[in-house]
Amino acid sequence: MLDGRGSINRRVGARLWLSGGWLLIVCLASAFAPMIAPQDPLAQDLMSGQLPPFWVHGTEPGFWLGTDSLGRDVLSRIIWGGRIALQVALIAGTLTALVGSTLGLVAGFYRGWADRIISRLVDIWMAFPPVLFSILLVAVLGTGLRSIIIAIVVIDWTRFARVIRAEAMNQGAMDYVAAAQVAGFSRQRTMLTEILPNVLPTIVALLSLEMGIAIIVEAILSFVNLSISTDAPTWGGMIAEGRTTIYQAWWVLVFPLIALFLTVLSFSQFGEGLKDRFDPVLR
Amino acid sequence: MTALLEIENLSVALKNGPRLLRSVSLRLDRGEVRGLVGESGAGKSMIGKAVLGILPRSAEVVEGRILLEGTDILTLPPAERRRRIGRIAALIPQDPLTALNPSHRIGPQITDRLVDILGWKREKAEARALELLAEVNISAPARVMRNYPHELSGGMRQRILIASAFAAEPALIIADEPTTALDVTVQKQILKIIAGMQARHGTALLFVTHDLGVVSKVCQSLSVLYAGKVLEDTQVADFFRAPGHAYSAALLAATPKYTDPEGSLMPVGPEVLAAVQAEVDAADREWRHV
Repeated sequence: MLDGRGSINRRVGARLWLSGGWLLIVCLASAFAPMIAPQDPLAQDLMSGQLPPFWVHGTEPGFWLGTDSLGRDVLSRIIWGGRIALQVALIAGTLTALVGSTLGLVAGFYRGWADRIISRLVDIWMAFPPVLFSILLVAVLGTGLRSIIIAIVVIDWTRFARVIRAEAMNQGAMDYVAAAQVAGFSRQRTMLTEILPNVLPTIVALLSLEMGIAIIVEAILSFVNLSISTDAPTWGGMIAEGRTTIYQAWWVLVFPLIALFLTVLSFSQFGEGLKDRFDPVLR
Repeated sequence: MTALLEIENLSVALKNGPRLLRSVSLRLDRGEVRGLVGESGAGKSMIGKAVLGILPRSAEVVEGRILLEGTDILTLPPAERRRRIGRIAALIPQDPLTALNPSHRIGPQITDRLVDILGWKREKAEARALELLAEVNISAPARVMRNYPHELSGGMRQRILIASAFAAEPALIIADEPTTALDVTVQKQILKIIAGMQARHGTALLFVTHDLGVVSKVCQSLSVLYAGKVLEDTQVADFFRAPGHAYSAALLAATPKYTDPEGSLMPVGPEVLAAVQAEVDAADREWRHV
């Protein structure tokens, strides 16, 4: 940071570099999974089950992070699992942000009956335990990527709605909103051009947080066997399977857990970093 | 000739609550500069907000008319009321720090309204903005147009807001304590700019302030408010010679004199306040009966 007014040349912090770097790695690995993954993630080979990672005695070349009890390569499954995790993060995160922010913006800016309805909905939603709610939803919708995404949007829109509503109310009290009204701009235009740009940094920060949460929700659903399909490589599914062999083959559980942990952490830190980088200048 | 702005018997109240404005009547002719003075909470700003259609959500007009160029804006449907107010009136707000949108550059904040609401060509609007920014003593208007608000000082921003208020040549500008948020050295300069702009453009000005010194320099007429009631409506010259209401006299006496730096501050006396409060209460009783 150069000065209080906020210069354009503020340093991009280590936080942004590290989290952005990891996310980039995950994105690239997912995009080029067929080329990068050393093995077929679904290929089973009971003869080479539970091979340890490369630095432990008894490993076999080509299986860098070892194999699970069915002989599937852990590294390849993590790489392919990243694809599903990223899809869920991007699609579910964005849709959640879109739905939640729109409702929050409308409630916070127009107030009145729209606010009353939306706020009561949020209250009702908050009364449900989210994990049970998601399990229930997927059980009703059936498993599959689409159901998971729908479940995440349905459960998590309130996170955006609450925060953006409060932000929109704050911004709505500013003089420039009154000025826009005096100038003769319509309510809708005032909301879109005066309020929205000022809540955007918050939406972006929340969005990246939400992407991490979406990955966790997907992992939870995989863990209880309600995710895509049983043999599709998902991080949550791998963790669930690894749990049963934790004493014989810890790597089956630990490596997907690390991938999950780093990705979720990076998403939240990336969002915070972006907010720090672009936001406080303006306030 | 119809007045530019005529407020008749305007009462504004909190929803199901007490009145904030008590049957206010007020007239402003074209080119007239009227001061609205009173203590904090006397309802000065509330009058401006009612005229501009930006009353807070918790308040509503309970009686009266606001005639803007002869049309009662309170009877118009919201969209048309906004358009009408936007064409005739503009606001110089109190706090320059929150009155410019932090996410937009200065240029569009001045010109968008000319282009989108009044249908000007963008080039014309930009030329106009440059000209006005120069008029409020901004030295590099073209550069400032590309700046974001946070890159400019409070005094600069207030000058931009003044330029912006005059941009569409409104017939009426409401200045809501335009100098209170600024430091004293800048205040004087801003006042001079507002007075100069007003004189050149012939705009009517409703000047909300609690500073009688400012009123004596800028205004021709003034209304004294207490608890949302107009106590006195007079010409500035008459007011300073012989205030027509005991409260006004006390207010005038309370103003510190620069010619007498040793003199002590004179608060408005309790007997005067009691008398005004009695007047206000009487008005409230009468109002409830009708």
